[in-house]
Amino acid sequence: MDTLSPVASGGAAGPLTADELRELYSLMVAVRHLDTSAIAWQRQGIIPGYAPELGQEAAQVGSGYAVDITRDFVFPTYREMGVARTLGVDMVAYMSTHKATWHGGLYNPMESRLAPIQAVVAGSVLHAVGWAHGQTLDGKDGVALTYFGDGASSQGDVHEAMNFAAVMKAPVVFFVQNNGWAISVPTERQVAGGSVAARAAGYGIPALKIDGDDVVAVVDATRRAFAHARSGNGPVLIEAMTYRRGPHSTSDDPGRYRSLDEERDGAGVDPIERLRQRLLADSIADEAFFAEVLAAAKAEEEQIRTGIQGLGSRPGTEMFDLVFQETTPALQAQAANWREESEHV
Amino acid sequence: MSNSILESGTTNEPASTTVMSMQQALNRALDEVLAENRKAVVFGEDCGRLGGVFRITDGLQAKHGAQRVFDTPLAESGILGLSVGLAMAGFHPIPEVQFDGFAYPAINQIVCQIARMNYRSRGTMPMPITLRVPSFGGIRAPEHHGESLEALFAHVPGLKVVSPSNPHEAYHLLKYAATRPDPVIFMEPKSRYWQKAEVDIARHEADGGAPTGAKIMREGRHLTLVAWGAMVSRCLQVAELAAEDGIDVEVLDLRWLKPIDAAALAASVRKTRRAVVVHEAPLTSGLGAEVAQLITQHCFDTLKAPVERVTGFDVPYPSGDLEDEYIPNIDRILFGIQRVLEYKRG
Repeated sequence: MDTLSPVASGGAAGPLTADELRELYSLMVAVRHLDTSAIAWQRQGIIPGYAPELGQEAAQVGSGYAVDITRDFVFPTYREMGVARTLGVDMVAYMSTHKATWHGGLYNPMESRLAPIQAVVAGSVLHAVGWAHGQTLDGKDGVALTYFGDGASSQGDVHEAMNFAAVMKAPVVFFVQNNGWAISVPTERQVAGGSVAARAAGYGIPALKIDGDDVVAVVDATRRAFAHARSGNGPVLIEAMTYRRGPHSTSDDPGRYRSLDEERDGAGVDPIERLRQRLLADSIADEAFFAEVLAAAKAEEEQIRTGIQGLGSRPGTEMFDLVFQETTPALQAQAANWREESEHV
Repeated sequence: MSNSILESGTTNEPASTTVMSMQQALNRALDEVLAENRKAVVFGEDCGRLGGVFRITDGLQAKHGAQRVFDTPLAESGILGLSVGLAMAGFHPIPEVQFDGFAYPAINQIVCQIARMNYRSRGTMPMPITLRVPSFGGIRAPEHHGESLEALFAHVPGLKVVSPSNPHEAYHLLKYAATRPDPVIFMEPKSRYWQKAEVDIARHEADGGAPTGAKIMREGRHLTLVAWGAMVSRCLQVAELAAEDGIDVEVLDLRWLKPIDAAALAASVRKTRRAVVVHEAPLTSGLGAEVAQLITQHCFDTLKAPVERVTGFDVPYPSGDLEDEYIPNIDRILFGIQRVLEYKRG
């Protein structure tokens, strides 16, 4: 499905260059390696839990790649590690949320242009609309990119967000990663009508339903959507069809709701392998390049792991100090009591 | 703070009072906030052209433009979620939820997002959102139009809650709330919108300070009535009646329901040694329990009787015909006073 007119998205950049394709591959491998390592970290007791994005590297890296962090803003869920990495967020600060250091992560959302990690399903979709409307009020040309999944599409806030965005013509790109599963419930028992993209027509929002495992298609679609929204034409919805190859989280057991055969059939060809084959076929990269990329990814993961392992707890005073900009006497009294009675002085 | 506040705090000029209704006072406050802060935006259901169902935003769109005062689609979660994004973009949103009971569909955005974003973002994304909620009962309205949500909001870490009791308080508390860097739930007593009273525009408090904390609305020696919103004027009526029997009642307008001014509560009750808390919300786990505990903690040795609560009942807010049975009336408050005064230690 493609209801975004080519004219409206005219400002989008041309085809990806060889350098860009190699960069996308490097990003996807770095994300894959960090993602699979994070599962190992959890098994080794380095972090208490993690929500893997295995199989969604093309959707996340490709969409994040279209963002201009000098003017756009991104609203993630809790599964957008690949987007964060693509935006250049400090990954120790990002992964700290999985170490239970701080809920929203330790990165600065204003500087990194990535809103704090959002644990409420569909919680931040409306925030993107508000931020985008702020661009309109300020006469600026930034675009909000908001992520949600097939499961979140059932939430009322997604409807409200799409309706508000369309009514206000807000520059928002709704990026749906339809990964086939909301924990244990498959899309066919989640999304009535079978397609989130099809719903966009009801709001008068153009939609693109794309192969979310084809990074080139993802970059192209997201750039077109950004160009459309940036030119004052209002929101766009992209439904990137992908597959959650791993568990919902490190606490999940997919064996209880899907067989390995189903998993293999649903997953299809690995998105990284697909790009690798393409790079080889077009003589854009060779085995030496792939080996170099993998080595870099390993080195990067090691560096992040060292950072995570070295990360201490935040001082308990932050519990009290960060609730308000202007604290209250009650909170100050509780902090004083805590300080007096705790051993962590 | 505006210059007028600073000036009024340092001079002894006569008060610049003007008589207006709470609706007019709130409208004027919003008008001035919009004029003083280019990043302030006012929006909600019917807030634009219509001026709100209670006309609190009357004329503001015509004066400040349809970009800064606008109608939203009819969806409260959407209105509050929009506020979060606008705050992230550097605005000071002043959304309206049309009636108290309509805040329920927005609870997820209020509790999980607005109240926590400053914390989640480690102080980098403050939420200077002033949520106006026409609140409490007393106007024989349909279901969900007479709720008292203060205990629910006050229980949520990250929110502040305030309720004005008269036009003067409404004007100054709204101007103050709408310049704070934290989210404030502003509960307007809708049954008091049309009562007129004097407003001293230039001066917040007698001492020229900011309208923080509680405020003594009537001094007394024998007992403290603690109330907020529409119950303050009722308690003042009760105090006049009690005076005829020689009972000297102090009326403390709590104003801020979070943070509660524990020092003012303690000071008043240390003097009167008796207290009755009055609120429209149901009894169980109502804010009266918190007030009673604060009084007990600070005044246990001087209290002559347990703190009484005169409140609504643990029932869904009733239809208009039974409203007067539900909301604490003069007789029930007088009975509460009597119980405290006649208390004998066992």
